[in-house]
Amino acid sequence: MIPLTHYLILGAVLFSLSVIGIFLNRKNLVILLMSIELMLLAVNMNFIAFSHYLQDVAGQVFVFFVLTVAAAESAIGLAILIVLFRNKHSINVEDVDELKG
Amino acid sequence: MTFLQIAFYVFSLVLVFAATMVITMRNPVKSALFLVLAFFSAACVWLTLEAEFLAIVLVLVYVGAVMVLFLFVVMMLDINLARLRAGFTDYLPVGGLVALLMVVELIFILNGDSFNSQHLPSPAAHGLDYSNTRELGSVLYTFYVYPFEIAAVILLVAIIAAIALTLRKRPDTKYINPHDQVSVRREDRVRLVKLSSEGSSERRPTEDQSS
Repeated sequence: MIPLTHYLILGAVLFSLSVIGIFLNRKNLVILLMSIELMLLAVNMNFIAFSHYLQDVAGQVFVFFVLTVAAAESAIGLAILIVLFRNKHSINVEDVDELKG
Repeated sequence: MTFLQIAFYVFSLVLVFAATMVITMRNPVKSALFLVLAFFSAACVWLTLEAEFLAIVLVLVYVGAVMVLFLFVVMMLDINLARLRAGFTDYLPVGGLVALLMVVELIFILNGDSFNSQHLPSPAAHGLDYSNTRELGSVLYTFYVYPFEIAAVILLVAIIAAIALTLRKRPDTKYINPHDQVSVRREDRVRLVKLSSEGSSERRPTEDQSS
């Protein structure tokens, strides 16, 4: 059978790939949002793997809630993106510097 | 190798390939489509873990709703891709180094004794009469009923926030507010003006005289 380690390593690889995605596409807000979705997917993978191997359904319930919050997050994020594009005609992160942070 | 192992490794490879493509594609539309592939193969990997309900939910909610939303937004925006891609290769060494370090550390930890087959052996597969959905529902509506309701409130807040953010008043359109149109009263439209009849003082009397 497949050991738990392989699922965890798959999650770790996915998470690292999305970290690279955030580094590489740090100007494109759309791909940043997609990388965050991938990160959440990697975390969910770990949750479900542990839920299966520990025979505890609580992990799957938490994945359910993570999916809910992630859907809400991407909906609001894309709405903010649209408002940003309407006002500045760009989704470049470098153009969003009103707060001078 | 059993069929389950072959399925797991094939879908994991597809998943990692699709994730790589998501972050390296030049065109955001292609990235979104590869993200669909990634979610789909992740759902297949979850099927090997007997999480059938969540696998279907992932396909329905993510591939069906969230990714369509992404595609709509990406296609609606007119993006200058060349500017967004600037510095792509500059960040590659740093990002690659950080990610490589992270994955090596994680694999180092995960390959330890805590998670291997002796400590956590693969559980026996459930019988044919096992329903993952019923199992999940029996917990979700009893022990987790308050988090479940809070999740519903979060979704409602997300709907209202998304609509409130993107709603805008456009003064240049000739849109008619149906409420104002229906609820109009006679007094708002018709105005009766009392005019002094000028003809009665000059012409009418002459007509009357002629007749």
